[in-house]
Amino acid sequence: MAEPLIRMQNIRKSYGRVLALEDASFHVNEREIVGLLGDNGAGKSTLIKVLSGAVPLTSGDIFIRGKKVTLRSTSDAIAHGIETIYQDSALVTQLSIARNLFLGREPIKPPRFLNRMDQDAMNMVARDLLKQVGISKNIPPTTPIGSLSGGERQAVAIARAMHFDSDLIILDEPTNNLGVAETQGVLSFVRGARDSGHSCVFIAHNIHHVFQVVDRIVVMRRGKVVADDIDPKKASVAEVERIITGMSDKEIRDAVADGKPAH
Amino acid sequence: MEHHSPIQRLIARPEFGPLVLLIVEIAVFWGFNHDFLSPQNISNTLAFTVELGLIALAMTLLMTSGEFDLSVGSLFGFSPVLMWTLFNSGLTSLEVGFVVAVLVAAFIGLVNGWFVTQLKIPSFLVTLGMLLVVRGTALFVTDGFPQRTWSAEGSWLANMLVGDFFIGPFRIYMSLFWFIAAAIALGYVLTQSRIGNWIQAAGGNPNAARARGVNVSGVKIGLFILSSVMASLAGVISSLRTSAANPNSGTGYELEVIAMVVIGGTALTGGRGTIIGTVLGILILRVMRNGIVLIGVPGLAYNIFIGAIILGMMALHSWLERRHQAGT
Repeated sequence: MAEPLIRMQNIRKSYGRVLALEDASFHVNEREIVGLLGDNGAGKSTLIKVLSGAVPLTSGDIFIRGKKVTLRSTSDAIAHGIETIYQDSALVTQLSIARNLFLGREPIKPPRFLNRMDQDAMNMVARDLLKQVGISKNIPPTTPIGSLSGGERQAVAIARAMHFDSDLIILDEPTNNLGVAETQGVLSFVRGARDSGHSCVFIAHNIHHVFQVVDRIVVMRRGKVVADDIDPKKASVAEVERIITGMSDKEIRDAVADGKPAH
Repeated sequence: MEHHSPIQRLIARPEFGPLVLLIVEIAVFWGFNHDFLSPQNISNTLAFTVELGLIALAMTLLMTSGEFDLSVGSLFGFSPVLMWTLFNSGLTSLEVGFVVAVLVAAFIGLVNGWFVTQLKIPSFLVTLGMLLVVRGTALFVTDGFPQRTWSAEGSWLANMLVGDFFIGPFRIYMSLFWFIAAAIALGYVLTQSRIGNWIQAAGGNPNAARARGVNVSGVKIGLFILSSVMASLAGVISSLRTSAANPNSGTGYELEVIAMVVIGGTALTGGRGTIIGTVLGILILRVMRNGIVLIGVPGLAYNIFIGAIILGMMALHSWLERRHQAGT
């Protein structure tokens, strides 16, 4: 079998005496959308923070296309092609869409010593990208991020990751606080990213959103990966919920006090 | 929302409020006293305006990056004292004394920046501490007395910084051209250059900027140095123009400068800054100071007006900001 894009092996992470990750192993293949599920405190955020360079791991190895890497910081991870999109936090609200897209990598107009940004080129690329991720409204690239909706901000962040050829785009709760139409928009950006050759890790509380978009589901419980090859086309939501909680169907039914079906 | 008329776009700019205020202010003072727009009064007002203005320009960039500098007023007093002390003691020529004073200022800026970015201490505390250290040093080395200011006439340094000449009835100092050059250069840096994008990002969302590989600490340290150097330069210019080097001069300037910057529309919290706005803010406060004296309001009442302007402009900016965020 071909070497996966990302392989995390036997990852342990402890915060003092609290063990957040216990020998977790996780992989993402090329051109694949992986849904990462788990209850609160299952360790998915910690796993993602390790992968995005935000926190150092206690022990274990990370491989990118079979090559061992050390991720010391988020910019380290970005340099290795791993881009994490947290809700809101990745963008500067005061700056325009185009200025955010190129932040840190602004093209310079010659002569170089004048340090002048090529704003025409930035705006042109931004306009194209916005079209590509499918923002339907005609939003000018000079619009400040602060006046965009939550879904549009996600789209800009995804567009940026795509433009700078991140191999892996991690989306942490991208559909939180979004309306129905905006959620569908974000899901279609994610599909678009995969179709143009990127891999994604998709974390969401809403299992239904995950089912709609991912190729494979990975479930974590108490710091461990308990299932890593669930096919959303074959499994049912109820089965996945069972794996997430570690309870049987009956236990889940009993837990839902008012007797609502667990789908 | 793309097709606004030019007038709508002008009104939507953060500089529009300050511009209207300045025009109203000038009209009112002129209405009370026609001498307000006399060549002599304009020349006098401009001379000192640009000295404070140089500091405000640098402060605009620093505040856009999310920090501010309370030590500028003390450097305004300390740098000329250092320069004249070196010169009077025969240790150096005036020019070398000037270079030493600017280098010392740059070092002080570096220390400010280092404390803020590396030890993660808020700039309010760091620069407040530095204010006391620098002012204290100026008072200590001079025993609190003004320095003997050799008439610097004929020195090329003095000619270059504050040489004066007449354009028609207007007496113009060279410092005006330095101010204009600095305003154009820093306006360019903030809006056109790559560094400007980093400055705004550093103030707007430092974590996002850092994640994109922007050297946020480097940007901030550079701006602290710029701020100190500009304050030092302004102090030296003022001292050469008035032939005075008082260790107490510049007291309270830090707050006046910060007021100028925020009145112009730069956000105190960082992320958004405007040089055009700051130039307007500088003029608003200096015209106010000059105008209320001319129309006979006691000078001691000056702060009442300044305070009212600051509060009024903050209310306006916050209203505009909320309207802007609502997307209208």
